[in-house]
Amino acid sequence: MAESTNAVKARNDRYNKYVETVTPKTSIPKALFHSFVVGGITCMIGQGIGDIVMLISPSMPKDMVSNITSMILVTVAILLTGLGVFDVIARQGGAGSFLPITGFANAMASASMEFKTEGLIFGTSVKLFSVVGPVVVNGIVWSSVAGLLNLWIMGM
Amino acid sequence: MAIKHSEPLSMNDSNIDVLPPPTGYSKRPRVMRFYNTPRIIGRMSVVGEKESKGPVGKYFHKCETDDKMGEKTFERAEIRMFDTAVRGAVRDARLNIEDVDLMISGDLLNQMTTSSYAARDIGVPHIGIYGACSTMTEGLMMSAAFVDAGYFTNIVCAASSHFATAERQFRYPLEYGCQRPPYAQWTVTGAAASVVGKNCKQTERFPKIVMAIPGLITDYGVNDLNNMGAAMAPAAMDTMFTLLTQSGFNVDDFDMIVTGDLGKLGSDILRDLMRERGIKLGQNYIDCGNIIYDVEQKCYQGGSGCACSATIFNSFIMDKLMSGEFKRIAYLATGALMSTQSCYQGETIPGISHAVVVESPYCGED
Repeated sequence: MAESTNAVKARNDRYNKYVETVTPKTSIPKALFHSFVVGGITCMIGQGIGDIVMLISPSMPKDMVSNITSMILVTVAILLTGLGVFDVIARQGGAGSFLPITGFANAMASASMEFKTEGLIFGTSVKLFSVVGPVVVNGIVWSSVAGLLNLWIMGM
Repeated sequence: MAIKHSEPLSMNDSNIDVLPPPTGYSKRPRVMRFYNTPRIIGRMSVVGEKESKGPVGKYFHKCETDDKMGEKTFERAEIRMFDTAVRGAVRDARLNIEDVDLMISGDLLNQMTTSSYAARDIGVPHIGIYGACSTMTEGLMMSAAFVDAGYFTNIVCAASSHFATAERQFRYPLEYGCQRPPYAQWTVTGAAASVVGKNCKQTERFPKIVMAIPGLITDYGVNDLNNMGAAMAPAAMDTMFTLLTQSGFNVDDFDMIVTGDLGKLGSDILRDLMRERGIKLGQNYIDCGNIIYDVEQKCYQGGSGCACSATIFNSFIMDKLMSGEFKRIAYLATGALMSTQSCYQGETIPGISHAVVVESPYCGED
């Protein structure tokens, strides 16, 4: 029995190695370039919105400006998701579209649209965080860790 | 060329010993032969818009341009498509629904809701089967066995898949726009049905199912959810090797050897695997996943899903069989039998491939 499992393991290893050689790979420079462009443009738009808000009311405090900018970006992203445009951008941009706040908005909006057919409670409400859940959980866990580390270092 | 229903080729005969059998290959006889010639007397294929624009698009019987087909959900749309295919196939066979004795069908969704819900409306005794993307051959094999044994006269077998419902079940929300690796495949939107009937005077002009091979679950340790071609190729290899060693037919005896949905990558792997066994697949080998979409349609390695091979078999291939252009074909649909849970739990993907051999009514006349 042990012998046959070893033979199977060897066969699987050989096959997987072979599969790896024939499987086409994602071109990393191309993907990096795409995500850089999409992410960069998103950030530039954000900066532009911030500048315009600053122009309109120069007396506004800085964190208020960034809050308003984020809100506008999120609204636009959700709108684009609803119109079926954002998935085209996301497919090109990869992490460039996923990392900014717009990606988070898209992930939530797309899930809520997808599962709306199961009703408001068991569909939208339950599945709303199905894609972004890991982001929220990890965000909370690691920010707590960072906070504790900060306390510890400050205490020294 | 006479039809070879003679003795199965024994493993000790001729040149078979020189071929290294696949690991774990046993000499158990696996070929089911149907001596009462069950025939495929009706068929229908329904596809979505994207498929109808592919290279074989003109052969499909019906194209649904709206993804939701006016229904409230994608699931309902799939049921509707399934219903259309079944009723169309029955009509194509010049029968009424009341003349159909049994329906054998399956799809990709959990608990096979599409086929069960469609069967509720159709009102025919129903056997649900799950073979992932190999459902159509599984259905044909079982229908042929039932008809051949004389239990039933007319059986309809069907399979369906829908891009949106499969995507939602196995992957991410549609509008999320998840990036796929270049070796991923695209689930075919479509449904297809065939009616398998008893051999009699009226059905003489229809293609016949002469043999079938139930597949062996083959797992070569691939655990990438997106690389289904690589996961299923060993299963196709095992069944094809069995077919070519036990059935008495050689590669050249088939006008076409059709695999289900290995895609471009998977069919290349299958060619390599078969070459290792000493069998060279030539021009007469095609893969449905590979031919259903154009390269420009950006579907990565090609199509997948129950409907991928089912629609092509029930349109393009059956047309050629009816006209006698193809005399004998082997149809091996392949399925990857994983679930989303099993993959996240670190399990590898088991593959399966059932084969049916279908002969044209003109086979053996030249």
